[in-house]
Amino acid sequence: MKFFGFAAGVAATLTLLSTTSAFAVTQISWWHAMTGANAEVVDKISKDFNASQSDYEIVPVFKGTYPETLNAGIAAYRAGQAPDILQVFDVGTGVMMAAEDAIKPAADVLTGAGMTFDKSQYLPGIVGYYSKPDGTMLSFPYNSSSPILYYNKDIFQKAGLDVNSPPKTWNEVWEAAKKIKTSGAAACGYTSTWLTWIHLENFAAWNDVPWATQQNGLAGGDVELKINAPIFVNHFQALADLAKDGTFKYGGRTSEAKQIFLAGECGIMTESSGGLGDIVKSGMNYGIGQLPYDSDAKGAPQNTTPGGASLWVFADKSDEEYKGVAAFFAYLSKTDVQEYLHQKSGYLPVTLAAYEATKKSGFYDKNPGRETPILQMTGKAPTDNSKGVRLPNLPQVRDIQNEEFEKMLAGQQTAQQALDNAVTRGNAAIKEALGN
Amino acid sequence: MTPRVIFPNKILPYLLVAPQLAITLVFFYWPAGQALYQSMLRQDPFGLKSRFVWFANFRKVLVDPAYLNSIKVTVVFSLATAIVAMGVALLLAVMAEKVVRGKGIYRTLMIWPYAVAPAIAGMLGLFLFNPSIGSLSYLLRRFGIAWDPLLNGTHAMILLVAAAAWKQISYNFLFFIAGLQAVPKTLIEAAAMDGASETKRFWTIVFPLLAPTTFFLLVVNTVYALFDTFGIVHAVTGGGPGKTTETLVYKVYNDGFVNLILGDSAAQSVILMIIVIALTAIQFRYVERRVHYG
Repeated sequence: MKFFGFAAGVAATLTLLSTTSAFAVTQISWWHAMTGANAEVVDKISKDFNASQSDYEIVPVFKGTYPETLNAGIAAYRAGQAPDILQVFDVGTGVMMAAEDAIKPAADVLTGAGMTFDKSQYLPGIVGYYSKPDGTMLSFPYNSSSPILYYNKDIFQKAGLDVNSPPKTWNEVWEAAKKIKTSGAAACGYTSTWLTWIHLENFAAWNDVPWATQQNGLAGGDVELKINAPIFVNHFQALADLAKDGTFKYGGRTSEAKQIFLAGECGIMTESSGGLGDIVKSGMNYGIGQLPYDSDAKGAPQNTTPGGASLWVFADKSDEEYKGVAAFFAYLSKTDVQEYLHQKSGYLPVTLAAYEATKKSGFYDKNPGRETPILQMTGKAPTDNSKGVRLPNLPQVRDIQNEEFEKMLAGQQTAQQALDNAVTRGNAAIKEALGN
Repeated sequence: MTPRVIFPNKILPYLLVAPQLAITLVFFYWPAGQALYQSMLRQDPFGLKSRFVWFANFRKVLVDPAYLNSIKVTVVFSLATAIVAMGVALLLAVMAEKVVRGKGIYRTLMIWPYAVAPAIAGMLGLFLFNPSIGSLSYLLRRFGIAWDPLLNGTHAMILLVAAAAWKQISYNFLFFIAGLQAVPKTLIEAAAMDGASETKRFWTIVFPLLAPTTFFLLVVNTVYALFDTFGIVHAVTGGGPGKTTETLVYKVYNDGFVNLILGDSAAQSVILMIIVIALTAIQFRYVERRVHYG
């Protein structure tokens, strides 16, 4: 029986293969890292695209977490088996950019297929982040997010805080967190996911202070970290002090803190706007505020930088495949597709038209707070400090920062020591990576 | 004198060992050779540019304080895991031997956890000891212990050892049970008649006779703790907090697949290979001599 099942499977596969070639449909492989509700979005978009035309077929393949997907893509490229499209998270952007011979810029893919690429249709902050210094768009933004503040309204009420005005500055956050803790409304006041992304990279952009030299690495060349400036030290010392009595609770290096917030253990959390789905699903009485800023910073709040991921196209594919990729990117840019992606997943729309259409539909009136990440990112024209950060080895540098933070939060070193160490070790690692 | 087996056909014996040789070549010598070559290269992640640097990667790795720390972590972790896993298993096996009724059920229950994959064992440990929602961490807090494996390196290490050892106890238990059954009852009975206490009987008769089993398990457990625990480390701590639980194997993964520094990662793999070869040679050469095979 087993053998017959296997034989039938082989036969079916062969039939499938032969029909595919008979219709001459060009298959476009798309490796992605989306799970849960976001994976459903990927599948639906692919299915709809395939149904909308008969020349190309998008084949989405789930490859694991973001780093796993990036690794799978790199390993496949080295083995000469690269997919057409690879979803790479923000942190991997520098890695991909450094590999110019391995990729084909998204702008070239579109123009090569005879399409015009009008940059002005896309949200400038997002497209800028995925472009070379000369303005060529290298990858296609798929899912972009921005860190925002979530708070538990029930806990706010119990602590005697105003449920309709979330804290705006970090000092207000510390005060609210202390009040939550001392009043016994919750076991902890404040927690945060992604300390590196939210409290260093976005903290710098939002308060308009440099994270590193060379426009935070965007201008290339020898980059040196600037994260031990007094404004960062004060911020992290405040966190370390609050961690002593549990007013601030550390959840982990990535998005683990979301569980603590969802469990009702902490009253306030800063997290990616892409994490909204889980909070909505939990049925919590939640509120959204913009990312807090430092009241000592002159230009604050400036603008936040995009997180999330973009789609990269590998080099050395056939013209047919590139045409298919271009057709898919054009499809992704359509207003109704972007609207669907934005409203279903909590990620930002990448075109201005989709943003306007969502606004017009009354979605933001019904879902207050959903517009916050867009306003944060587009509110002001970005400065040299707020276009994003880029390093050829950002994952490694973030790891170093996390290690130093953990030692600091465990009370083994002060914020000054932690950030000084993070700068020294980070700079050494950057130099190593550039020396390759 | 053992009779020499002579094959009439000259090619047949080579043909018979060929499959085994082929497997070894493809799955050991080829990747090992690749690792050796890679360990002398400096290369970007995509392999677009590479430079042959001889032993520069090894020099770099061996003076890196993070690598030396990882050696220390690995020694502590492996020793603790092997000792805990073998000690608990031996205790349980001795106890299980005494059970009169329901021996089968008792043994089956003890062996069960071995079927659990390392990553799953890690996740189980992670849930039980999760500082916020874990039931065991709740108990620990009730006893006044500020349990926090996320920030406290010692707690993280205890958690890892517990998860890694727990999984290995079943395997050790199985071998100790088999070993115990091979101990002649007559010896124990004779000693009992001479008035030796139970503890005395165990340490002077049973334990020495278990030596071959213990030695075998020592090798297996050390290798397990060194190489098979990647899944547990990955699931439970990811090497943190700080670098307090970054074992050698985990560092190879982290440098190679997260930080994408392939040369360093390959150099570490080669060092790891040398460590394993040395360790096995030492174990068989020196430790085995003292083992008495009954």
